[in-house]
Formats: sequence, C-alpha cells, structure tokens
Amino acid sequence: MRFLLDAEQRAFADSLHAMLTAADTPTVVRDWSRGDHASGRALWRRIAAAGVFGLAVPEEYEGLGQHPVELAVAFVELGRHAVPGPLVETVAAAVLLGEDRPAKRFLPQLAAGETLATVAAPTGYALDGDAATLHLAPTGEGLLLSPGPGPVRPCLDPARRLTPLAPGGELLTPGPPHADAVTWARLATAAQALGVGLALLDRTVAYVGQRTQFGVPIGSFQTVKHRLADAKIALEFARPLLFGAAISLHPADVAAAKLTACEAAYATARTALQLHGAIGYTAEYDLSLWLTKARALRTAWGTPGECRDAVLEGAG
Amino acid sequence: MTATVDLTHAPADEEFRAEARAWLAAHVPRTPLPSLETAEGFAAHRAWEAELAADRWSVVSWPEEYGGRAAGLFRWLVFEEEYWAAGAPGRVGQNGISLLAPTLLDHGTEEQRARVLPPMASGEVVWAQAWSEPEAGSDLASLTSRAVRTDGGWLLSGQKTWSSRAAFADRAFGLFRSDPGAPRPHQGLTYLMFDLRVPGVTVRPIGRLDGKPAFAELFLDEVFVPDEDVIGEPGQGWRIAMSTAGNERGLTLRSPGRFLASAARLLELWQAQGRPEHARARVADALAGARAYQLFTYAAAARFLDGASLGPESSMNKLFWSEYDLALHETALDLLGGEGEWADTAWAQGYVFSLAGPIYAGTNEIQRDIVAERLLGLPKGRR
Repeated sequence: MRFLLDAEQRAFADSLHAMLTAADTPTVVRDWSRGDHASGRALWRRIAAAGVFGLAVPEEYEGLGQHPVELAVAFVELGRHAVPGPLVETVAAAVLLGEDRPAKRFLPQLAAGETLATVAAPTGYALDGDAATLHLAPTGEGLLLSPGPGPVRPCLDPARRLTPLAPGGELLTPGPPHADAVTWARLATAAQALGVGLALLDRTVAYVGQRTQFGVPIGSFQTVKHRLADAKIALEFARPLLFGAAISLHPADVAAAKLTACEAAYATARTALQLHGAIGYTAEYDLSLWLTKARALRTAWGTPGECRDAVLEGAG
Repeated sequence: MTATVDLTHAPADEEFRAEARAWLAAHVPRTPLPSLETAEGFAAHRAWEAELAADRWSVVSWPEEYGGRAAGLFRWLVFEEEYWAAGAPGRVGQNGISLLAPTLLDHGTEEQRARVLPPMASGEVVWAQAWSEPEAGSDLASLTSRAVRTDGGWLLSGQKTWSSRAAFADRAFGLFRSDPGAPRPHQGLTYLMFDLRVPGVTVRPIGRLDGKPAFAELFLDEVFVPDEDVIGEPGQGWRIAMSTAGNERGLTLRSPGRFLASAARLLELWQAQGRPEHARARVADALAGARAYQLFTYAAAARFLDGASLGPESSMNKLFWSEYDLALHETALDLLGGEGEWADTAWAQGYVFSLAGPIYAGTNEIQRDIVAERLLGLPKGRR
C-alpha cells in the first residue's frame, strides 16, 4: 500500500508542465478555435515526443505499453494548459484499434504523433474531425474507418470543433467495439477535467489576491475565501478517485472519477467566473479557455447521469 | 515507467483484517445497543469497550504496553473498515482515545501514560472534553476559565460548555488560563485533566436537538487538580492542544471505514425501496464520496508516513466528512419517506449526530478560512 505518485511520475508531470508553459498554449488554443491547426499540430508532435500517446499503445506497436497511471498524470497537465485537439479521442482510438492488423497499420503513427485520431460519439459527431487524420466510427456492425468529416458545428468550447463523420467506409474490425475504449476515454477525460479545474483555481486565487476593492484584495473577504476553499476541496477529493481508477481500470471506479472530477471542475469554473466578475465573462480574457472546456468535458464520454449509473451498477 | 503507486494492502495487514473480521463477527451485539446518549446506553457502550479491550481490540494503534497492538496507520484503517462494516457500536471512549491519548503519547509523562491510558482503553474511565466556553467558541483562545496555582497543584474555576460525553463521563480534559497577564490570548494557557465527580464540579447536562444529553455545561469552583494532571509545561497548553486538534480533524476522528459502511447501507436502503429515481444521483454520489474519502486518506497516510505534517490539510478532511455524512443521512431520511421523521430509527439517530459535524471540532467556517489562508495563500481578513 503506497497510494502516492513516485518521483518519476511527479517528474513526468513537472516536465510536461514546463514544456506546456513554454509553449504559450492560450495562443495555440485561439489558433485552433479559428481552424488554424499549424501551432496545434506542432504542439501535438511535442506531446507525442514526450511519450504521452505511447502510454496508451502496447510496445509491440511502438508504444510504451499501456500505462493508465502515467496517462492520467499526463492528461492532468494537458487539461491544466487547456491543450486543444482530439487528445482523449486519440487514446480511445488506440484502444479501439486493439490488436492485430488495424493496430499494426495505425498505432505506430498514432504513438509517434503523426496521426491525430478522432472517434464518433453516440451523437454522431466527432471532436476536431477537421484536424484529425484518422476518423473512426464505432457502429453496430463494427469499427469503421470513415471517409472523413462533415462541416464543423460550433461548440460551447470554441476549441472543440465538432464534426459529423461521413457514413460508410472500410470495416476495420467486425463486431461490437472495444468497451475498454470508453473506460480509457473516461479516465483521460477525468484527468483532463481535473487539470482544467486546477488551472481555474490557480488563476482565480491569483486574481482575487491582486484585485482590490474597498481598499483591500477581494481575496481577504470571507465569502470569496470560502468559495475557493470549497473548490479546492472538491478538486483534491477528485484526485485520489482519478488515480485509484487508473490503478484498477474498473468501469465503476473510472465512472466515479469521471463524475467527480468533471463536477469539481465545473463547480470550480462557476466559482472562477463569479469571482472574476465581468472580465471573466469575456471571450478575450484567457480564463474563458478553461471555463468553456469545464462545461464541455462534463458531458463528453459519459454524462453525469451515465457515470452515476455505472457507479451504481458496479456497487451491485 | 513502472507504476509503483499501489493500492494493495500488505499480506500481514490482510491477515490482521481477517483476524479482526472474525473477532467482530463473533462479538458484535446482534441487536443494537441503546443510545449512547442515555444512562443505560452509556453503561452498555462502556461494557462493550471492556469487551473490546479484553481481546485488545479497543485501541489497536496504541503501544502494546497500554493495551494496544502497535498497529500502524494502514492497519488501523483496515481495522476501522472492518469495525464499521460489522455494524459494531459507536465508541463511547472516542474523545479520550482519539484526542487525549495522542496528546499524552506526544506530550505526557511516562507516569501519566501508565496511569491514564490503560483504564481509558478498557472503558473504565470515560473522558469528556472541556474546550468551549459560553464566550469562547470559534475564538477558543479567548477562553477565561482559570487555573490558579496552589500547593501541589492548581485550582480550576469557571464555566465550560458543549462538553461532549460529560453527562455520563468520569473525567475531562481541556484548557485553562493560568497566566492572565500573558501578552497574547494564546499564551498563558495550561492543559489539564480533572475529575468530573468531585466537590466543586457541577455537571448540567444539555439536551441536544432530540433532547438527549449528548453534552453538558461544567461549572467549576476551585476544583483542585494535582500537578501530575498537568500535560506538558504550564503556559504551553495552546500549542499542545492544537496538536490534538490536528489529530481530531485529521486522520483519526472519522475513519473512511465509517463512511464506506454508511454508503453500503444507503445503497441497501435504496435497493430495498425499489431504487427510486429521485435518489439515484445522491446514492451514486454517496458511493463515490466514500471511495474518494478512503483514497484521500490512504494518500494522506502515505504522505504522513513519509514524514509530511498533515497540518491544514486536515481541515479539508473535516469539511469533507462532515458535509458528506450529513448529506448521506438526509438522503436516507428522504428514502424512508413518511417514516423519515421517526426518531427511533438508526438513520434518524445518525442524522441527528451528523447535524453536529459541521459545528464541532472547529466549525466548517473556521476550516474554510484555514484552507483558504494556509493552503491557497489568500490574505488574512476579518472573520
């Protein structure tokens, strides 16, 4: 029993944090939101070079072997920096492509960051289909390689560009798609949401410490403090669920982590918006990059209701 | 990259779990004991403490010489999981075991430990706490009850209140002002233990919300306390007590095992009531919350064993469990429908107890200030 990240795992988080801080991700996010993917693709390659996508790919397909704990560590940092793109979907794709021929054909490029993969959600829309180079559609008959994306539909998070996928295409694997893909996607989404929440908390703590009204920092007011204390607690109790789920990969544990992390991140977003006041309600101010993502992640890869059902199912 | 983060208990701890489980299965009363907050129930719970102690299950984390099993933190957590899962009675000795004992182990003398701890472990002496006063609640350091030097000891005078367990307990511990001239309120306080059933002490039980005397007012009029019942140095009481408060809010007051067991019972209730849709979300949240608290505690325990001080982190703990416990019981009463207002159910009793959680052991408002100022670094301001 030692439920703590080890030094290597912490160092991995720190190195990603440093790399992403230097990458000026807010500019990348804004480019991506306009459909300009050049800076995002460059960042994607650096994330792949750091080994992030390889953490979902077996070694025989040129990945690092499947390491859900390290993947969760990485996705917390990706969320903290609001990194755009079909990050979770690429992880889901790695699991969907599974073994054998499709794996051999696609996974090496995916681990290397040469492929951006997306996967159609039950809504029929896939995240960032316009940027993705591999479009997967899990259907009743099997996993299809879609011919490509349709037009972009705006999302509440402008950095999430939803596209329908063209019907038909090559049948990659017959039969029902890999259920594990949803588990991995939920785990990655939970981690990303936790990172989004942590960034919102950090930014808001910094803001209320320097914003002055009535002659004092607004962060000295008890109402402000208590809202931030609640946000801190919600996030810090989501964190152990996330890493516990990464260890077990049990669908009920992963659902609990996804539910709790997304609720904590969203509650933190509401607090962040309220404590920033009107400036927080502007698209121009960078806080918006995290505010809108907290809302979108809440329903991505499993709504709160679906996650609760999975929790109850797992409990018997 | 090998994951060394590990959620598996050591084999020896699992053997300990099996031993605890077997003992509890053979000894836990089949029908619940009468309420701890009645004379009859208090006596029954005291007898249960003796039964636990006879087989060294009452204070597993203490050193063996005082009746414990020298169980480490994880083994203690395992014991608590088994204890509450078995539906075992509430612990009448908890104030002493989880507040006074850690203080004595850290700050007491060898003589004090040998004299005080074994009868505490057996339930022969049950302890009440004497912190709050009518004018000193959240601002505890403003307390005015006095300890005046006399030959061979101290004379205690003043009024304490909200003294948990004092209606039926034998002794109490708390802070008294021994140096009224000290420059700051936190200075000049002394930590003392005293008898509740001696001349000069008047105990006036107070009915909690349901009328049961769960706590009491204490009126002290020149109550003699010998020097041997001072803990640590006179005048150092605040520092010593805060180390106790850290324990209370931290790992030892409300173990995750309690809430895992409560969440499992809530799930059973929800299933027995036909899985009503209105409570689905709250039952799922209770299950996730109990697991979150368990895992948070495992992580905190690992950091603690690495030498980290829990400090203000224990405020997060207290906020989480107190609000969690209340929400869980509210859900249960809603699930009981019209029977939810019956006072004599285990759920109703638990609900009344859970209502106090956000108030005692430092109110949740004080805890949020601590989280905001010490963990988030926000500036101090008016309370």
